[in-house]
Amino acid sequence: MTAKIYIPRDSSAKAVGADEVATAIAAEAAKRKISVQIIRNSSRGMAWLETFVEVETPKGRVGYGPVEASDVASLFDAGFHIGKSHTLGHGLVEALSYLKNQERLTFARAGITDPVSISDYQAHGGFAGLANALKLSGAAIVAEVSESGLRGRGGAGFPTGIKWKTVHDAKADQKYICCNADEGDSGTFADRMVMEGDPFMLIEGMTIAGIAVGATKGYVYIRSEYPDAIATMKEAIAVASKGNWLGDNIQGTDKSFHLEVRRGAGAYICGEETAMLESIEGKRGMVRAKPPIPALQGLFGKPTVINNVLSLAAVPYILAHGGTAYKNFGMGRSRGTLPFQLAGNIKQGGLVEKAFGISLSALINEFGGGTYSGRPVRAVQVGGPLGSYVRGDKLDMAMDYESFAAANAMVGHGGVVVFDDTVDMAQQARFAMEFCAIESCGKCTPCRIGSTRGAETIDKIVAGENVSANLTLLEDLCQTMTDGSLCAMGGLTPMPVMSAVKQFPEDFTRHTRIAAE
Amino acid sequence: MTGKTTLLEFAKSPAEAICAAHGNKPDALLEILHDLQHEVGHVPENTLPIIAKALNLSRAEVYGVATFYHDFHLKPQAKHSIKLCRAEACQSMGGRELQAMVEKFLNTKMGGTTADNRITLEATYCLGLCASAPAMLVDDKPVARVNAKKFEKLAGELA
Repeated sequence: MTAKIYIPRDSSAKAVGADEVATAIAAEAAKRKISVQIIRNSSRGMAWLETFVEVETPKGRVGYGPVEASDVASLFDAGFHIGKSHTLGHGLVEALSYLKNQERLTFARAGITDPVSISDYQAHGGFAGLANALKLSGAAIVAEVSESGLRGRGGAGFPTGIKWKTVHDAKADQKYICCNADEGDSGTFADRMVMEGDPFMLIEGMTIAGIAVGATKGYVYIRSEYPDAIATMKEAIAVASKGNWLGDNIQGTDKSFHLEVRRGAGAYICGEETAMLESIEGKRGMVRAKPPIPALQGLFGKPTVINNVLSLAAVPYILAHGGTAYKNFGMGRSRGTLPFQLAGNIKQGGLVEKAFGISLSALINEFGGGTYSGRPVRAVQVGGPLGSYVRGDKLDMAMDYESFAAANAMVGHGGVVVFDDTVDMAQQARFAMEFCAIESCGKCTPCRIGSTRGAETIDKIVAGENVSANLTLLEDLCQTMTDGSLCAMGGLTPMPVMSAVKQFPEDFTRHTRIAAE
Repeated sequence: MTGKTTLLEFAKSPAEAICAAHGNKPDALLEILHDLQHEVGHVPENTLPIIAKALNLSRAEVYGVATFYHDFHLKPQAKHSIKLCRAEACQSMGGRELQAMVEKFLNTKMGGTTADNRITLEATYCLGLCASAPAMLVDDKPVARVNAKKFEKLAGELA
């Protein structure tokens, strides 16, 4: 009997030696004359267990991890290829509490399928949404998405249905769908996991968007820091085109949609939607002033839907199961699920897809198991480098757009970066300003100059120079950046800075205190 | 110089060939620069006017794009590139200390190249490996849970 062995091809697995594990398993099996079939699947999103190797058994898949190439011989000795126990064994994968306690709609196939196998994709519900969409009018698709309550998962949380309706109602000879896959926020990797692990889902979501609004051309703008995601998306587009799920007359209908990958080039600002449009047009990633909004005058001046990977990836589920099914998850005006990403100093980092409303504490302590270092949590940055720092003793807040906004914070793209008590918050605040200075497109003054002046001012505060006057100056500068910047880069950099100042004042006056002592 | 390009010269210029492969479309400029850098190792400054002409853009526009993005280098780079993540998730796992160690080990700062011209060290901001930080990209290969020992071994293996 041939043993079916699954080894993830996700870059979080490759980065800890998954390719070497796969080679070792193949070699060891050959040596022992054991017949094995190795499938390179997507990742389950349990990063601390990578490389997470799974073996098919009559009871279901059994998992082992973290496996290194040097563990392979002992795994065979124990008989892992027929699901026998080993010190690295975790038993039945589906029974693991980390997975069992999630609500995976977007990541339903994560870890289960071969990312570039279209038959695998279809066997697990793939293209059911598109098949439904092909039978509907554009307006009916837009209505279904509106009904779902889906809001932009890139961070801004704008209702996707309204955006689509605007483009649907616009009159033009050409419209575009642009997928923002410039996932530059530190602490986020859900977009990467979709593109590397379930690329057909994104293709399906974009095609549905195209049919809904009458766009026949789409671009996926992927950051160059994601070479694996770029390669997998390109491969999947070729496979989908061959299977007539992309291109002209999709599945024999009169609907057509063409998709192209565009690579970024290491500019964080290109995650801002209008800078991304400039970049796709082959220009410097300079932010455009709004209005006009991209929905009316976007790529090449044409009506354009710009959505984040996770927004578009949620669409196939909505079209397959109905907007109401999706809406039944979540709380208040935050409907559906969000794939949270547990990152940084955390014991069990990875992807946790849950309905909105789960508390930060449940995410960090129950799923995450606390810090990696074992020390107390001091600060948590939620929503990327432009998100607020939350104190470690205030983790009871619910993860939904409104609760966070009320606390001067943002859920953003769902990234949760944990810091233990060794963190220096003045250093973190300074980094936020430094990062803004490095990545600012330079179009507006508050962002371009404010960020540099901000870093200098924090340096002075830390050095104990006119601390109280400089703190006032920093706050004033932050207000100017918030009010006067053209986009979220300069406009939100004050969030991490001021949250650090307000919630961790002791870190900014350390020098003065030491001098006084 | 007559200012005319002979067919032979045309065949010689990778910049022109790459532009042609992208249909000489101005919106493909980033793709063209990526391909050229992959082919040549950097984007030689003297190719910028060639690209401008092929895409019917001004030299300033092409120069502007080539210098706006962190990825593109107008000067030759070392054979290998190591991109070390400096972003928050990696900071929370000792990224700053790792950077100091790496700079000391390679005897060069971020953005610099080793004396033997073997490795260019660059800063990057997030590789999406934030749950297994700190992380880096060695050429195009992702590496996570980097520590001093792992780094020295990997850097040593780069020929």
